[in-house]
Amino acid sequence: MSSTNLEITGVAATEEAFTEQDQVSEAAADSTFAEVDDHERIVPAIEFRDVHLSFDERKVLDGLSFKVLRGEAKIILGGSGCGKSTAIKLVLGLLKPDSGRIFVNGEDITDYSEAEMMRVRKQFGMVFQEGALFDSLSVYDNVAYRLHEQGVPENEVEEEVRRMLRFVNLEDAIDKMPIELSGGMRRRVGIARALVGGPEIVMFDEPTAGLDPPTARTICELAIKLRDLEDVSSMFVTHEMNNVHYLSSEYAAVNEEGQVIFEKEGERLCLTNTKVMMMREGRVIFSGTDEQLQKSDDQYIQRFLRGH
Amino acid sequence: MNIAIRSLLEVQETSLLVARAARRLFRRPTYLTETISQMDLIGVGSLPIILLTGFFTGGVLTLQTYPTLKYYGAQDQTGYLVALSLVRELGPVLSALMVTGRVGSAISAELGSMVVSQQIDAMRALGTDPVRKLVAPRLIALLVTLPLLTVAADVIGIIGGGTVATMLYGMSYSTFMSSVRYGITFDDIIGGVIKPLVFGLIIGSIACNKGLNTEGGTVGVGRATTSAVVTASIVVIVADFFLAKALQVILDMPN
Repeated sequence: MSSTNLEITGVAATEEAFTEQDQVSEAAADSTFAEVDDHERIVPAIEFRDVHLSFDERKVLDGLSFKVLRGEAKIILGGSGCGKSTAIKLVLGLLKPDSGRIFVNGEDITDYSEAEMMRVRKQFGMVFQEGALFDSLSVYDNVAYRLHEQGVPENEVEEEVRRMLRFVNLEDAIDKMPIELSGGMRRRVGIARALVGGPEIVMFDEPTAGLDPPTARTICELAIKLRDLEDVSSMFVTHEMNNVHYLSSEYAAVNEEGQVIFEKEGERLCLTNTKVMMMREGRVIFSGTDEQLQKSDDQYIQRFLRGH
Repeated sequence: MNIAIRSLLEVQETSLLVARAARRLFRRPTYLTETISQMDLIGVGSLPIILLTGFFTGGVLTLQTYPTLKYYGAQDQTGYLVALSLVRELGPVLSALMVTGRVGSAISAELGSMVVSQQIDAMRALGTDPVRKLVAPRLIALLVTLPLLTVAADVIGIIGGGTVATMLYGMSYSTFMSSVRYGITFDDIIGGVIKPLVFGLIIGSIACNKGLNTEGGTVGVGRATTSAVVTASIVVIVADFFLAKALQVILDMPN
C-alpha cells in the first residue's frame, strides 16, 4: 500500500502547486480537480507483476515488477540491454511475457490476442527510438496515420494534424518526406504521431539518444508539457542523466498571456510528478525520486550517475 | 536446431501467415487502394521483363526444336511443340522465377527494412495489423497478376517462336499458327493458369514471411532477401513437378 499513499501525496502536492498558480488555464485546472476525487486514479495506469522473459537462452526480464500511476512520468534508467525497451514492448503487447502479469488501467492484458490488443493500444502513444516514421508517407500522412485508419473526415484530420505539429513546433514541415528531416525533427514528428487521438499513456523509448542538447531539451519539455498540462501518464526510457534532471526538477504551467512556461521545482514549492526507476539485468534495482537516487549508496547506481 | 525441424517450422509459420491474411481479408478496413497500387507495382511493373523473356524463350524453343523435328520430317509440328512447352511449363515457371527475382526480393527487402527500422512495431502500436495492411494486399496482387503475366508470356512466346520459324527457317506463319491451335487444348490452358495461382501464393507468402522475420539490422535485410529469393525459386520448381503430376491426374491428361 505504500506506493498508493505515495501517489496520493504526489497528486495532492501537484494540486497545491496548481492552487498557487492562479493563472493556470481553466481547462487544465478543471481536469486536475475533477480527477483527483476520482477513485479510479488509484488504479495504476500500468502495472507489471513478476514478469519474466527470455529470448532463447538469454534472460531479458527476470521478475520485473513496477507500477506507473496515473498522471505520473516514470523514468526508466539502465544500461544498454537491461530490458528497458523490452518492458515497453510488453506493455504494448508487441511481445508476450513467459510468465507474470501485465495490467493496463487495471485490465489484465497478458493473455490478450492481437485483435484485443488493438483495442488496448488505442489508449497508448508510442515514441520510438529513431522515430520509426513510415518512409513512404509524408509528415502529414505519418501524423494523420491513426485518423486515416479510423476513417475520420479529411477536414478534421487536417485540423488535428496541424494542431499536433504546432505542439511539437514543426508545422512548416507538414509536406516534407521523413528522409528530408533531421534526426531531432523525425523524433518530434514521431511524438506528434504518437499524440494524435489524445492517448492516456505515452511511452518514450530513448527519445533523446543521439540528439544535440537543445533538441534533447525540447523533447523533454514536450514530455513535461504532457505530464503537467495534458495529465498523461508516461514511461520515459533513457540512459541520459540530463533527461532525468529536466523531468524531475521542472514543471510546465500556462502564464497570463496563455503561453506555456517552464519553472524550476522549488520556485513555487512544487513536487513534480516524476518517479525514477533503475533496471539492471532485467530487474528493478531502484525505485523512488531523483533525490533518493542521488543519495543511493549502491555502487552500480553511483557509477551510472557519475559515469565512472 | 537441425535443418529439417527449421524447415518444418518455416513451413508452419508461412502457412499461418497466409491463414491470418485470408481470415482478415473480409473484415474492415479493407485496403483496396493499397491492393490496387500493389497490382500496379507487381503486375504492370513486371510486364516489360515478362514480355522480353517470353519472346526470347519462344524464339529459342523454335531454334532448338525445328532442326530435330525436321530430321523426323515433322517440322510442321514446331508450333504445336513450342506452344505446348510454353503453356504447360515454361510460361508459368519462367514468369514465376522472373517475378520471384523482381517482386519477391522487393517485398522481403521492404518488409525487412520496415522491421529493422521499427516501422512494423510502430504500425502495430498505432493499432494497424501489418498482416492486413501489408501482407494481404501483396498476396492478392500476386494471385491476380501472376496468371495474367503468365498468359502474356505464353502469347508473346508463341509470337516469338513464330517469328523465328518464319524469319530463320522460312516456315509460313499460318502453318505455325495452325499447328499451335491444333495442339493446345482447353485443359492445357486451365493447367497453365492454375500453376501461376499456386506460384503467386508461394512467392508472396515466402517473401512476406522472410521479410517480417528479419533480424539483425541491415545485414539481416540482405540475408532475408537472398533467402526469400532462393527459397521461393526452389519451392516454385519443386511445386511445379508435383503440380504437373496432379494436373495430369485431375484433368485426365495423357500421362
